[in-house]
Amino acid sequence: MNSFLRNKRTKSFGITFLIVTTICFMTGPSGSSTNPVAGFSGALFNTAPFLGLFTTRRWVVFFLFAIIAFALQQIWKSYGARIRSGYSIVMAKPREIKSKRPVRLGSYGALLVLAILLPHLITDPFWQVAMVQQIAVYVLLALGLNVVVGFAGLLDLGFVAFYAIGAYATAWVVGSLPTPPLFGHILNNFWAIPIAIVLAMVSGIILGTPTLRLRGDYLAIVTLGFGEIITIFANNLNGITGGPQGSHIIPHFSLHLGPLRYVWGSGPIPYYYLILVFLVLFLLGFSFLEQSRIGRTWTAIREDEVAAESVGINPLKYKVMAFAIGAASAGFSGVMTASQQNFVFPSTFTLFFSINILVLVIFGGLGSIRGVVFGAIVVQTITMYLLHSPPSGYQPADLYMYIGAMLVVMMIFRPAGLLPATRRKRELQQRLEEVE
Amino acid sequence: MGGFIHYFSSHFQTLGQEFWPLLVGGMANGFLYGMVAVGYTLVYGVLRLINFAHSEVFMSGGFASFFVMQHLVGTSSPNGLLSFLYILAGILVGGTVGALVAMGLERVAYRPLRRRNAPKLAYLISAIGASYFLFNFAGKEFGRYSISMAQPYTNHAVFTVFGAGVQMYDIIIFIAGAVMLFGLDRLVTLTKLGRSIRAVAQDAETASLMGVNIDRTIALTFMIGGALGGAAGFLYGMNVGVVYTMGFTPALKAFTAAVLGGIGNLRGAVLGGLLLGLMESFSVAFLSPAYIDVTAFGILVLVLLFRPTGIMGERLGRSA
Repeated sequence: MNSFLRNKRTKSFGITFLIVTTICFMTGPSGSSTNPVAGFSGALFNTAPFLGLFTTRRWVVFFLFAIIAFALQQIWKSYGARIRSGYSIVMAKPREIKSKRPVRLGSYGALLVLAILLPHLITDPFWQVAMVQQIAVYVLLALGLNVVVGFAGLLDLGFVAFYAIGAYATAWVVGSLPTPPLFGHILNNFWAIPIAIVLAMVSGIILGTPTLRLRGDYLAIVTLGFGEIITIFANNLNGITGGPQGSHIIPHFSLHLGPLRYVWGSGPIPYYYLILVFLVLFLLGFSFLEQSRIGRTWTAIREDEVAAESVGINPLKYKVMAFAIGAASAGFSGVMTASQQNFVFPSTFTLFFSINILVLVIFGGLGSIRGVVFGAIVVQTITMYLLHSPPSGYQPADLYMYIGAMLVVMMIFRPAGLLPATRRKRELQQRLEEVE
Repeated sequence: MGGFIHYFSSHFQTLGQEFWPLLVGGMANGFLYGMVAVGYTLVYGVLRLINFAHSEVFMSGGFASFFVMQHLVGTSSPNGLLSFLYILAGILVGGTVGALVAMGLERVAYRPLRRRNAPKLAYLISAIGASYFLFNFAGKEFGRYSISMAQPYTNHAVFTVFGAGVQMYDIIIFIAGAVMLFGLDRLVTLTKLGRSIRAVAQDAETASLMGVNIDRTIALTFMIGGALGGAAGFLYGMNVGVVYTMGFTPALKAFTAAVLGGIGNLRGAVLGGLLLGLMESFSVAFLSPAYIDVTAFGILVLVLLFRPTGIMGERLGRSA
């Protein structure tokens, strides 16, 4: 019996079985505290179709899934190496072509053209709004968080705070809060951009300077607390922030250049292009930053802070810099969201939001700009799809459960993300070799 | 300036009148924070990591004992010996479930990463993910609303200290907290397990050369911390009810307490918990209740700014 339990195959079947059971409960119906068993028993005994072939009890379906998963795993174990080497031989030629500079630039250009044409290809109103509010803005946010978590290796769990600061700064500058606006008169939304960026940066520096001196995990918990505090203040400072109702009268962006007058209306498409312009600027800026001296310094600090310090780098300075840049881009995204949606109120700024952004960064690949953009688009599209046409048993709030599970799974199986940054992948590989 | 002085003098007057009730309430909260804080401190000692998912250990202890209380107490109102037994059962169930959840956490979110010598960031992220998964899973299975626990005792003022009524609830927490924390202190100081925990905290590699089973010690450390956290979840839930997000704020405060006392320092964590509970309680005299949670955070930032090693200093691996 004991040797059976210690058998490698038994163990890996056990793990597969546990994972599939968890998925079975996760996708099942919900329960309540008066009937806590309902969710679990429903997950096991309701009926579900098996691959469209036949319909049976859920536990049978998932047991079959577990067996299939185990079989695939065994096949991968025996033939995986061969499949992988075959794949890399087949892919050698395309990879060589892909790495050529004109091809790479061309493909980026093609993607940009696609992005410009996208609102005309997708005409469903739900998806047009989602593209602006849930995808474009989130790509911006993910890019910003990537500077903090990916480049500098600092875990910022209060990203939402800077986003909130940006949104409230917008409402303040355009005169939609109970507080009198800056300089006494109402300004255009475009003025909110630099002001929000500066405010977010300054608060990032104030928060970061004391905590970044310390261990990395302190930063995580202090930012976590900061995110909550900002919401508490926004909720309770009625005279300044408008309290729980916030503000609902934020005007749209508008442009007055001599004879040229343009107002970004309530439709999502003008905002899509506005955000796209800034997105391209951010992408270029962050790519340069990554390859610059600063970017390399961040890598050095992330990989070995002591070694970096010994070659004359001041880690605190560069960490604060990364933190402030991340905060600034969150503040900027706050301006965009507040202007597009015309409202700002405290209950939208939750910890859930910060974690959501973290998932986008991790899914695509920490520190890899193309990975982060890819991850943000994929994860947000799936999220929106689930919201648009939810499968049975799925509630919108379940999303966060999947997000949490995804973070753990990514960290265990694919810590560098789906499109990893080469440098980071090498770094993780080296650490692995250190133990072996 | 006159207004400023008036503001403070009037608030100190409130503080003077309310001193004893605030003291008792603050102590009770302080014991709870201390019980959760030792979980952070223990794990920090052996892994040099903050267990971000400790809040969910607390929450699962609360929920498990909630269901047991629902079953045992129902609509009756027990007292005397029955009360005592029910509370003991609640603590045991909360503690056991807390320990099991903490063990599972270590298995799923920490051990695979430890095998790979993952960077610190990866641990933090996987722990956050596990915490997120756990509380949202609880929300899905048990509903996303707050519900009060069936009371295993009748709450009444047992005696008064300078006019402040000491409630039955406070006494339960004082006794349970003191017994468990004292037990933990003895466990770490005297037993073989405690010695191996301290050895791993001092130097894991050397400890393993001396024959300490590191994996086992780490798992047991998680379980001990989890047991106290789960029991604290029961004691907390008994008073304010359970909800799937119940772990977040108390855990953040308990972490503050652990840092305040000096992370890695067991007695420091208890002292930090008591101090934080008292400071928070007294801050009611000066701040509107909405800002109580801000107090703990402010204290955390101040401690990190001026004395990041905490009041009693960081002590990893020394006998308590």
